[in-house]
Amino acid sequence: MGQRKQQTLSRKNWMAFTGLFLCSFLVIHLLGNLQLFLPDEKAHQQFNAYSHLLSGNILIKIISYVLYASIVAHVVYAVIITVTNKRAGGIKYHYDRRGAVSKWYSRNMGLLGTVIFIFLVIHLRDFWYIYKFGQLPLDAQGNKDLYTLVVAVYSELWYVVIYVICMIALCYHLLHGFFSAARTLGVYHPRYAQWIRVFGWAYSIGICAGFAAIPVYVHFLK
Amino acid sequence: MRIRLKVWRQESGDDAGKMVSYLLENVNPDMSFLEMLDTLNEQLLQEGSRPVEFDHDCREGICGQCGVMINGRAHGPLLHTTTCQLHMRVFKDNEEIFIEPFRAIAFPVKCDLKIDRTAFDRVIQSGGFIAVNTGQAPEANSIPIGSPEIEAAFDAAACIGCGACVAVCKNSSAALFTSAKISHLALLPQGAIEAQDRVIRMVDQMDKEGFGHCSNTEACEAECPQEISVLHIARMNWEYNKAQVLKK
Ligand code: HEM
Ligand code: FES
Repeated sequence: MGQRKQQTLSRKNWMAFTGLFLCSFLVIHLLGNLQLFLPDEKAHQQFNAYSHLLSGNILIKIISYVLYASIVAHVVYAVIITVTNKRAGGIKYHYDRRGAVSKWYSRNMGLLGTVIFIFLVIHLRDFWYIYKFGQLPLDAQGNKDLYTLVVAVYSELWYVVIYVICMIALCYHLLHGFFSAARTLGVYHPRYAQWIRVFGWAYSIGICAGFAAIPVYVHFLK
Repeated sequence: MRIRLKVWRQESGDDAGKMVSYLLENVNPDMSFLEMLDTLNEQLLQEGSRPVEFDHDCREGICGQCGVMINGRAHGPLLHTTTCQLHMRVFKDNEEIFIEPFRAIAFPVKCDLKIDRTAFDRVIQSGGFIAVNTGQAPEANSIPIGSPEIEAAFDAAACIGCGACVAVCKNSSAALFTSAKISHLALLPQGAIEAQDRVIRMVDQMDKEGFGHCSNTEACEAECPQEISVLHIARMNWEYNKAQVLKK
């Protein structure tokens, strides 16, 4: 390190690009999963067919590799940024009330990100890994029966609780992350900066409420 | 009023330093914070001890020399107020007050509350100017500049370089300071010419000094005595990204 220049800004650009890409993925992911709210029979058939469609599509395959790379890059830069920031601080204050002038979640993006990371590991292990590499029975149409797996997993209450907590962490991460990314990329116009902040709030709450509603709905109503 | 102080004492840059307690009776509530420290120093001198060193100059909130952490907040509990403009009436009788230097790797402590802020000077020297031969002052109206642009540039130029933005930042980032100068000059036709070069050089120097990344927590704007807007940081990022795309 040290040879490449302007790293404080270029690293943050990578954080912002990868973060916003993940944000756009979340929209598509949520829209697809909303099919779980359909009536039981229809949801069962359609959700499995949709999963099958995605897994066979070459475009989706390319995007999924970009997605894996984005997650890895986002986490790697998050660690580098957090470590260099700690180093820049020097001796700690004996009495530190600096937190009074900023939002707690803006100061704890690393902590919130770690919760999201742990969630990702659990989430990918239980669905993505089993779908891709595990043994899933086939449904009536001959598609892998992901739907039944989803219903079985969400029938555990503690699992639903963990999901909801992680979605709250994600919500706070995005509440700061979305607008911060726009700033990092250079949106300085006061009017648009304000619009983006409002849009970011609506986005974060909408996405996370949507994701949190799915396990709750499946647990209590299916 | 009576004040219980806990002050950072450090002989020199090499010394480890520690917090030392002092008791100060008969503090006038209308004293400024620095006058209170003067009173402490009189007391220390009478006792034959070494007075507390702290930076100050104008004592009217315009030079940016003063600045310490007071009870864990840059320049004390008020928003947008320099240490010299803070008065003892905002504290309670018998209150305990912690006084520490602004902390950052880029701001090494020289003695007690005095820090070395020449990192800021080097950031400015790396590009915070316009390269013209100064001669006679040119006719003021020879370069037309809109009034809103002048006002915006002036708002950015109001930075007094006190370092509170770095001190309050959880990352010790100098983004607000550096961006204020970049913005100030990019907004004016004289400065726009070198805008690309300037942003690269100044950001390079900022990084070299060991300041951290900006996380957009906006704490800097809240504490800034001049209320420099965090949108200047976004403009710096914009100028930087533009320069990256357009550079030859
Ligand atoms: C779905 C998952 C995620 C999304 C959508 C997301 C989104 C974002 C966005 C948009 C930003 C703002 C970038 C900027 O300030 O310019 C951000 C920042 C950040 N993210 Fe994530 N993130 C995710 C997961 C993670 C994970 C797993 C970690 C860490 C293990 C993490 C750690 C961080 C950190 C530390 C920052 C703040 C960087 C700074 O201090 O400026 N994120 N994230
Ligand atoms: S002494 Fe000049 S700003 Fe405080």
